[in-house]
Amino acid sequence: MFSPKWKIALAALALACLAMSCSSSVKAGAASPNVRPTKDRKIAPAFKLKDADGKIAQLSDYKGKVVLLNFWATWCGPCKVEIPWFIEFEQKYKDKGLAVIGVAMDEEGWEVIKPYIIDKKVNYRVLAGDDPTAQIYGGVDSLPTTFLIDREGKIAGVHVGLVSKSEYEKDIVALLGIAAPVK
Amino acid sequence: MKKTLLLCLALLLLLSSLQGQTINPLSVEPPQKVTIQRGHSATIKLQARIDRGYHVNSNKPHEEYLIPMRMTLTADPLILESVKYPVGHDQKYTFSEQPLNVVTGNFEILLTIKAPQNIEPQMHVLLGKLRYQACSDKACLAPKTVEIHITADVR
Repeated sequence: MFSPKWKIALAALALACLAMSCSSSVKAGAASPNVRPTKDRKIAPAFKLKDADGKIAQLSDYKGKVVLLNFWATWCGPCKVEIPWFIEFEQKYKDKGLAVIGVAMDEEGWEVIKPYIIDKKVNYRVLAGDDPTAQIYGGVDSLPTTFLIDREGKIAGVHVGLVSKSEYEKDIVALLGIAAPVK
Repeated sequence: MKKTLLLCLALLLLLSSLQGQTINPLSVEPPQKVTIQRGHSATIKLQARIDRGYHVNSNKPHEEYLIPMRMTLTADPLILESVKYPVGHDQKYTFSEQPLNVVTGNFEILLTIKAPQNIEPQMHVLLGKLRYQACSDKACLAPKTVEIHITADVR
């Protein structure tokens, strides 16, 4: 019904509108236009997925942390652009309370995911995704789709498709409540 | 202020309705019935269309990690002799270092089917499956399969 450019434009417009109309309720530290005001955030759905070592990972393991939950796949070109940024964020902000989690949606599972994350030296936890998890997160039909989850376990922002590294960093900094990085 | 809020609400409602939808950017027209004489072959032309703003990997994308367009056909007792895929074109995207071989817009797939000499003359419904993976310049959709029913009248 709508071309991808239209959808992105509408999404941007809606988010901008929401930010404008609710600007008075934005708490200090939420300096990113993509980060929703606290009152508009909803609890992130719980999930249980396995990591590369076969260990069960669940969102509740990350209580008190800001979580960047990235749905991706090895066949997704735009996803591959973001992965080096996430590696950098994990390194830079882990001590400040950030946890990056990758959820790989490859049908072939670890057979294709493992070689990729080894090759790219992915330093954050990667889980093998499944359809039920994708469904509770709204279907996740487009990749990459990245959810930013605050320290209370609530969804503070969503990015569908490739966005800029600086946008992500603004969101992370706002959610961690730390000073923006010096350029 | 009130107008802005109403506009926001309308946009958010529109967006939420869009988010629940599965996007299927590739469609295939139902093919016409094909008549095949026993011992002979016939070619079926499948006409397909990809929505504007999307591309689909060709059958031979340059990068190994990409999922190629692939057509399968359950033809038994008929025989699928060949599949002719559309010729892709090289296109550079913001997310790719090298140009990718992709298909956009309208395209055709040609299937050549043979009816063996020894089969009964009757109508056969064959099930074709076209698997593809589409992307825009910002995001990719999960691989999808379009089912196509082909009616073959063997005489």
